[in-house]
Amino acid sequence: MLKVNDLVLGYDNVPVVFGVSLEVREKEVVAIVGSNGAGKTTILRGLSGLIRPMEGSIEFMGEDITRTPAHKLVKMGISHVPEGRQLFGKLTVRQNLMMGAYTLKDEAAKKDALDQVFTLFPRLKEREDQAAETFSGGEQQMLAIARGMMSKPKLLMIDEMSLGLAPVLVDRVMDSLKEIRATGITVLIVEQKVKEALELADRGYVLATGRILQEGSSAELLESDVVKKAYLGM
Amino acid sequence: MIGQIIINGLLNGAVYALVAVGLSLTWGVMDIVNFAHGEFLLWGLYSSFWIWALMGLDPLISLPIVVVLIFALGVLTYLVVIKRVLKVSGLTALLATFGLSMVLKNLTQFFWTANYRNVTKPLVSNQSFNIFGMYIRQDYVVAAAGALLLTLLVTLFLNRTKTGVAIKATSINKSAAQLVGIDTNRIYAITFGLSGACVGAAAALMASFTPIYPEACSLYSTLAFVIVALGGFGNIKGALFAGLIVGVVEALGGYFIGTSFKYLVVFLIYLIVMQIRPRGLFGW
Ligand SMILES: Nc1ncnc2c1ncn2[C@@H]1O[C@H](COP(=O)(O)OP(=O)(O)OP(=O)(O)O)[C@@H](O)[C@H]1O
Ligand SMILES: [Mg+2]
Repeated sequence: MLKVNDLVLGYDNVPVVFGVSLEVREKEVVAIVGSNGAGKTTILRGLSGLIRPMEGSIEFMGEDITRTPAHKLVKMGISHVPEGRQLFGKLTVRQNLMMGAYTLKDEAAKKDALDQVFTLFPRLKEREDQAAETFSGGEQQMLAIARGMMSKPKLLMIDEMSLGLAPVLVDRVMDSLKEIRATGITVLIVEQKVKEALELADRGYVLATGRILQEGSSAELLESDVVKKAYLGM
Repeated sequence: MIGQIIINGLLNGAVYALVAVGLSLTWGVMDIVNFAHGEFLLWGLYSSFWIWALMGLDPLISLPIVVVLIFALGVLTYLVVIKRVLKVSGLTALLATFGLSMVLKNLTQFFWTANYRNVTKPLVSNQSFNIFGMYIRQDYVVAAAGALLLTLLVTLFLNRTKTGVAIKATSINKSAAQLVGIDTNRIYAITFGLSGACVGAAAALMASFTPIYPEACSLYSTLAFVIVALGGFGNIKGALFAGLIVGVVEALGGYFIGTSFKYLVVFLIYLIVMQIRPRGLFGW
């Protein structure tokens, strides 16, 4: 569904991601793991059109989207839940969600999406008139994921969803991801928490300083020397 | 007597507020300080005047036309001038809108000379009516009521419509807005248009009692900057209250200190507030 070839990304013409190739197939959960500054967030920004690739190509559902601007990609079915939540703090929960559904034209589709995220995160429904900025970190993360799902994406990309969350909350958010996957959405996650991410995903890519070190099924990666040594402290 | 002065101040202030709401929109949403804002008002006044002079339509009747015209001027300004400089540092945008204000002002002189023009025999006359012993001018009341109504409409638009909320979302977090599928470029164009629409409406409301000439709007434009700073950037409610306050302060200053010094009081209050609350009276 998503094919990335030799992608070079950077800021102000200084590359930080050097020729990354990866693939996400329909109904898969794929993880990109790596430590701080590896370039994970940069890759997602490139995939969602927030930054223009310097080289390489991106293909989504058979269409070349290398130069497609972010807002059009949402319409095509790509949704990116950014690192650090990036909610509309002064808007209410409901307004945040309705902005998430900005590309949906049909009222029935909007209502359907809303029902879906409220079932997934009942807490949001209880507090739909509250300003997003008054939420706790965990609640904000749920809202960020929910907002990302409101566009009814085919591919959901989530950046560091466990960031700043207590372990119980990490579990809960990871669980919600399992439910999301059950609805048939393809998921690409980016995580520093290598073990948790790989346990959840079908396949993974290990990224270090802007290059892919290793790729494979999650089981393979969890057993590999590179991952064991560098990320799992074994 | 004091009551009458305060009422007059409030009536003026409501129109100031509408002009300031327009300025506050582009300032708050896009971080663009539009120095050509006063010239938008000026072109609104001339539009009202010429529609009246050539077609015989009273400015209050042609208000929707002028709103659309200045909305278009705003969108055009965004597309031709602002869009290009938005990516570069803040000072460039400042210089660009300053340049635009010069161009628009000089074009005004060129097209319509420096002569004073007046709308005569307007729909609502400048007669006063007497209420509780105070003499209040009809045309001021109509202008103020119109300005309040339009400010309310803008607020409703921003809070209740999809595009309005998208404007707010874009102002809060531009890249997050792009990630939910908002075309922020389009939102910016609409914001500039809306800003123009506010000034166009203000122009139409005051065209029948304001002398129209190329310098007619410099005071309004200066006051709009003061009001936006007082009210807090991008804050519509703040702009409304600050506008009313400035109107009243101006009126009281004019009465107690004299017409030539009344703005001294306004600017003094502005300086003091900026020292105590740099983000404005209603800013957060
Ligand atoms: N806006 C930016 N401007 C310039 N350089 C940036 C910018 N954002 C990131 N970088 C640089 O790009 C490199 C990769 O950063 P990136 O944020 O993609 O890493 P990451 O893998 O997501 O890290 P983390 O796990 O800390 O989130 C880093 O060296 C970083 O300093
Ligand atoms: Mg990151």
